[in-house]
Amino acid sequence: MSETTPLPAVGIETVGMTKVFGSLRALEDVSVKVRPGSFHALLGENGAGKSTLVKCIMGFYQPTRGSLIVDGSEQVVRNPRDAMRLKLGMVYQHFTLVPSLTAAENLVISRPDCPNVIDWANEIAGIGAFFDKMPFKVPLRVPVSSLSAGEKQKLEILKQLYLDRRFLILDEPTSVLTPDEADEILGMLKGMTAAGELTILMITHKFREVNAYCDEVSVLRRGRFVGGGHVAETSTQSMAHMMIGDTKLRERSARLKAGDDKTVLELAALYAVDDEGLPAIESIDLKVHAGEIVGIAGVSGNGQSELVEVLSGQRELEDGRIFIRGQPFEPTRQHMDRFKVFGLPEEPLKNATAPRLSVAENMALRSFDKPPISKNGWWLSPGPMRDIARDLIERYRVKTPSPDTPIENLSGGNVQRAVLARELSGEVEVLIVANPCFGLDFASVAEIRSQIIEQRNAGAAVLLVSEDLDEILELADRVAVMSEGRITYVSPIGDTNRATIGHAMAGGH
Amino acid sequence: MTVTSQTSGEATSGPGAILGFLDRIRVASEYLVIPLIALVATAVLFSLFLLVLGKSPVDFFDLLWRGGFGTAFSWQNTLVRASPLILTALCVAIPAQLGLVIIGGEGALVLGGFIAAIVALPFIGWAPFWLTMPVMVVGAVVAGALWIGAVGALRHYRGINETISSLLMYYIAVAIMNFFVEGPFKDLSNPNKPSTAYIGDGNRVGKIGDTEVHWGLVAGIVLAIALWILMNRTTFGFAARITGGNVRAAKAQGLAVGRLMVIACMIAGASAGLAGYFEVAAIQGKANASLAAGYGFTGILVAFLARQNAIAIVPVAILLGGIAAAGGLIQRRMGLPDATVNVLTGLMFVVLLVSETLYGRIPLFKQRGS
Repeated sequence: MSETTPLPAVGIETVGMTKVFGSLRALEDVSVKVRPGSFHALLGENGAGKSTLVKCIMGFYQPTRGSLIVDGSEQVVRNPRDAMRLKLGMVYQHFTLVPSLTAAENLVISRPDCPNVIDWANEIAGIGAFFDKMPFKVPLRVPVSSLSAGEKQKLEILKQLYLDRRFLILDEPTSVLTPDEADEILGMLKGMTAAGELTILMITHKFREVNAYCDEVSVLRRGRFVGGGHVAETSTQSMAHMMIGDTKLRERSARLKAGDDKTVLELAALYAVDDEGLPAIESIDLKVHAGEIVGIAGVSGNGQSELVEVLSGQRELEDGRIFIRGQPFEPTRQHMDRFKVFGLPEEPLKNATAPRLSVAENMALRSFDKPPISKNGWWLSPGPMRDIARDLIERYRVKTPSPDTPIENLSGGNVQRAVLARELSGEVEVLIVANPCFGLDFASVAEIRSQIIEQRNAGAAVLLVSEDLDEILELADRVAVMSEGRITYVSPIGDTNRATIGHAMAGGH
Repeated sequence: MTVTSQTSGEATSGPGAILGFLDRIRVASEYLVIPLIALVATAVLFSLFLLVLGKSPVDFFDLLWRGGFGTAFSWQNTLVRASPLILTALCVAIPAQLGLVIIGGEGALVLGGFIAAIVALPFIGWAPFWLTMPVMVVGAVVAGALWIGAVGALRHYRGINETISSLLMYYIAVAIMNFFVEGPFKDLSNPNKPSTAYIGDGNRVGKIGDTEVHWGLVAGIVLAIALWILMNRTTFGFAARITGGNVRAAKAQGLAVGRLMVIACMIAGASAGLAGYFEVAAIQGKANASLAAGYGFTGILVAFLARQNAIAIVPVAILLGGIAAAGGLIQRRMGLPDATVNVLTGLMFVVLLVSETLYGRIPLFKQRGS
């Protein structure tokens, strides 16, 4: 039907698409068909080849072999401009709008035929007429920087439609949105695809979104197409199985009854400013008990990262106190050792390692000034350092050519595993975790989550800051929501649900 | 699983150990080959420059060799110039381990030399060498340490760029010395060139054996080795390298980043201050404008060429000392201006910075399995 009905939606098909980088086969013989007017999900772990595939479609890469069929005819997309001509568009994970310009200005300057002298009255009238046909709108005359994340994401999509792109690739479009915003946007897009206005290929990790909004799904694993079909006929379990293959996952630790229930970590009226000197966290009060995971949810940019930085000593605490077991705590090396405070930060290569130092050296970051690496506190023995590293590499299954390899040469999952080995191999009293699974593959995620649960079961007080609500729902005993630098909602996980938390994340009290 | 067998095989079995060792040499040789490529490229570019001037590159490099390394005399001249270069290069290399780019070592040298000359004043004429020398050394070292230490403190506590502030403080150091040398401490017996009083023959640092080379060279080499050990075999050095590798990670480990930066800068300044002491006690015999001879700036080049490695600084300083030593000969024989060797060292610096981009790009040096 697609070839005959004159619907605006554009369909594409990749045929035997292969992309080789040096010795790496990033994509091998991938044939995916996306019907016009369908909402198609592209699933796969990190490194499965999803982004390579869409970059080949968009002309950022030239496929080594294989071809692209757009609306029934074979096309060669040499660069993104060719893709534009074929009405193919892409919305990136991170915003590409100019923050200081208004929505209208962003739309007009994005046009390839943008005139040198712009007749604004005329342009805005044109955009108004265009908006009238759209299911959602954004304020046109305020700077983009003052729009919410959801409005920005809508504007990104509107921009593609304004440029008359009728095949849209969305790269994890909901990662910066509250659940309510995500539902709103995906629901509207679903309506547009059903009406034949638009075709969508959405890269995602969230099965919930696939099940709720997508018609069809394609799954990639290690650069190959491993399955797919109609979402209605495919169970979540089988999608997950296709994504991870036969890899044995570490068994998830059973959740034991919490330990002695005493307050371990107490945050009292914390106040800190951001890099511009504006208040980032205001009056944070929170208690974490032994054997408990408290999850802090929130839309990114509401002070969570500043809170983690304060607790880990990367940011000055302007006011307020931190107590551990009733004693004042400052994030110095002595206090961290005395109170057994450990941390798993997000993006470990950026926050927890010195990338050019070796794996062994990075694993010694906590222990280099203590026996056996340093017997007297100032002389360093490389022998014990390498022995400890060898032991940790084996126990935590860190894949590295040798302990002397610079840690930046390891994959993301192995860097996180190395940091995990360093931080969790001893006795842990307080654990500060921030987006620990950000950008990691399925197997690593399961392993890291079970390690966090194990620490909780062993009696550690765990503060888990995460932008992934599913992660918090899975791991936390209590959830706290951060909004505009304050904790606006706290509840035991059993007494709340996704909608309530989402409402609190969006700023409702 | 192949991974574990590979690492254990490397540690235990004989042939595996040798292969592993050779492999490590192959990987490590990147740090030798790329600077050599940079030096060859510099020579080619400089030859083009000479050809444009109508001079023979062959003559030039022949004279460079003879003037710097060809004879016992030129070797001595080279080593005399190398010793302050080792010390001023250390002033760059130690803060560089923490990610700080300090280019004002010349200021610490000038101030160190000046302070050494004036703290010697009360001792001139009566005190033995072994009383005056420690006072002068301590004066020079403390002056240099405080000078560059202040740069580190400004950087950490006030967020002031250390590169700019160290450079500006060099001008202040020269101004301070000139003020006192032309004013309160001016030696009236020497009206032509304003200087402090001569420190006296008894307070001069002697030569090594029959050579013209003074003990500053030995001090420089010993300090280079000591600082290499400090940076690579002590917890202080390890903490400093973590800070240089990723300051956010260092903070998250509770390391006192500010203190580490200030201490590293103080060590750096002390080293350059010591160079100032030797320039006064071994070469000039007094403090005057000649102290600002550019050793501090050439030291930046030495440190970068040595990739901020304290021990590699020694041979590189000798190489650049040789180029400087040959300057006079080249000027006389080829009728080239005095600044010609400066063009060569400047060109070398630029090519070297460009060559930084080659690291990790040559497949021959790639680590297997990564």
